[in-house]
Amino acid sequence: MQASDAAEGEPRPGRIRKPVGWSMITIGVLVAVSATLVWRRDGIGGVLDILTHDVTLFGGILPRVLAGCLLGAFIAEILPHEKVSRSLGPNSGLKGLLIGAAFGAILPGGPFTAYPVASALLTVGADFGATIAMVVSWTLIGYGRAVAWELPIMGTDFTLWRIAISLPLPVLAGALGRFVYVRMYPKDAVE
Amino acid sequence: MSAALLIDLILWGSVAAVGFIAFQRGPKVLKASLREGSMDFINIVPRIALGVIGSGYIAAVIPQQIITGWLGPNSGWFGVLAAVVAGAATPGGPVVGFSIGAVALKAGGGPPQVLAYVIAWALFAFQRLLLWEIPFMPARFVWFRAAVSIPFPFLAAAIAMAIGKP
Repeated sequence: MQASDAAEGEPRPGRIRKPVGWSMITIGVLVAVSATLVWRRDGIGGVLDILTHDVTLFGGILPRVLAGCLLGAFIAEILPHEKVSRSLGPNSGLKGLLIGAAFGAILPGGPFTAYPVASALLTVGADFGATIAMVVSWTLIGYGRAVAWELPIMGTDFTLWRIAISLPLPVLAGALGRFVYVRMYPKDAVE
Repeated sequence: MSAALLIDLILWGSVAAVGFIAFQRGPKVLKASLREGSMDFINIVPRIALGVIGSGYIAAVIPQQIITGWLGPNSGWFGVLAAVVAGAATPGGPVVGFSIGAVALKAGGGPPQVLAYVIAWALFAFQRLLLWEIPFMPARFVWFRAAVSIPFPFLAAAIAMAIGKP
């Protein structure tokens, strides 16, 4: 315990980051084409309307993105590698998938929290299966999006049934992920 | 508005809590995490700017009538398949998929098909994968996770058809 904590005290080396990838170029092209179509259909007014709305949205999201990045970085530094590997690693069994799913369901915030935290979990020893259970659970069962958006738009009946039917999916997705992973990457699984 | 405030409070409360634990581990750990987190932030902001500011345009030109037409009540498993494809093609963001789903329900779409659409959109909307997941997580994990998720909208539709809900 003490020894592992001391080892965890050493800061991890920084990750290498790609400045502009093909994913950004794809989105950029999509946005440019769509904006041109909007301009031809609705004129410059239509373009500016959407721009104003989205810039406002972006300004509101920014502080949360910062919070998510910090949360992910702190978690990657402070979580003890050994414990995470044991409870969320490749050999954590159904319990690991359930912990991942429960964690995803209670995680506050939006994609700006969920994805950095998922990445941090992978860094400190969670396997693909448990992390898939966490991300899928955050997506399908997490209360944030359901309360803020789905309930008002889709109605209570649909939303509650949608969530009830989704309940088993995170663990199933995690189990399927684990099943496929050990067959796709047999070398990684031997640890 | 108050729900958003509450989420912000929980979020920053969590940041403060884990930050305090890092601080107790020593200033070196705190500084390293702050540096990592800020670098992630700086790296991600341009992508998010492009995605958030751009997705309004993508949503504005998407042919909603075509998508809702695919999800008819008698469309059966073909409708479910069409719903899954449409869900993957719908832009991310918190609203678009739900709005189209709601329109489809009102226009007489089949509930299992709409369910499959909403779940497919939540699980693997292509734009969200590119914009949100790839910048934050290892690409190998993102594609693996998306591929593994493909059966689940179908499973959800099957459950909905079996129990006759929603």
